[in-house]
Amino acid sequence: MKKVLALVFVLVLGALIMNHLNDNNLFAGFGDAMLENRVSQSYIDRDATENNDGVVFDESLDLESGAANTVTAIVADYRSFDTLGEVTVLFISSFGVALLLGQSKKRIALEFKPNFMLKIGSRALFAVILMTGVFVSIHGHLTPGGGFPGGAMIASSMLLLYLADDEFRAKMRGFKILESVMGVFYIILGLAGLMITGFFLENFLDNGALGTLFSAGMIPIVYIIIGLKVGSEISSVIDHFLSEEGA
Amino acid sequence: MLQIAGLLLMMLGLYGLLTNRNVIKIILALNILEIGLNIFIISIGFVRGGEAPIFSSETTSNALVYVDPLPQALVLTAIVIGVGTTALGLAFAKQIYAKYHTFELDEMGEE
Repeated sequence: MKKVLALVFVLVLGALIMNHLNDNNLFAGFGDAMLENRVSQSYIDRDATENNDGVVFDESLDLESGAANTVTAIVADYRSFDTLGEVTVLFISSFGVALLLGQSKKRIALEFKPNFMLKIGSRALFAVILMTGVFVSIHGHLTPGGGFPGGAMIASSMLLLYLADDEFRAKMRGFKILESVMGVFYIILGLAGLMITGFFLENFLDNGALGTLFSAGMIPIVYIIIGLKVGSEISSVIDHFLSEEGA
Repeated sequence: MLQIAGLLLMMLGLYGLLTNRNVIKIILALNILEIGLNIFIISIGFVRGGEAPIFSSETTSNALVYVDPLPQALVLTAIVIGVGTTALGLAFAKQIYAKYHTFELDEMGEE
């Protein structure tokens, strides 16, 4: 009975949403979005606050936001304050996991005895995954990716070591310090922007030429901070899930 | 097309939320709902024939047609927050299992 009711409710709700979207002038069909009518075109043209002559890869200097990746320009520059809140949400959730699952525990034992090849091979892979994570974090303003995927890759390299080595235990104190320091750096960067330009988290560094590694002002710095912070947060979540009550 | 797929996943997740009484299944249903919502938001910004919104040596100027970058930025935020809520939910589930030795909400506190 309950299942039938739930099915009816879900079907009616889905049909209502679909019906409403189908004959709605404000909602474009799939693939027919008109960017000219949206604020997004200003983000692509980099003229959200002032007009400029257009964007040319590898040539344009000192644009409003210097990141070649427009999504990064929105996440880490136009809406950087939003991202600060997002990082705070992730911090609170990892803090909540730490509170719920508690401290001073030993890690869960593996069900098999890892042999020599597995240990050495996972350590070699660990280095590759860690470097890829750092690379993705640093190149967030040029290529797809950025601090959040990079941080997740850093944490997944820690997970690999946990799963392949039965004696491995990351030094959680170091991760906690790294995470707090990176959080403080983000705030300090924002306050520096407030002092120099008058707006919190406003870019105050030279933007450089669009599309070069040392460009986009604050964005690579912000993304390195986010990458390390997210990496250490998710690593500490992994550590808490892979440990249990005991001596 | 993709919008309908996103809506279907959303409704599937909502159905799972309404009918399941198992903590792990509830978290799974929440994740399915969230993935459907993300696909739906991404699909709003799609432009037929548009390029990915990244300037590169092949897409050099802002005169080309790009897909909408704003929904992608918003979904990036949503994914990260989804990871946070899932981690917290699983931590709750682990504590519940340690106390009651079951994941079924109906069987808790019976013995």
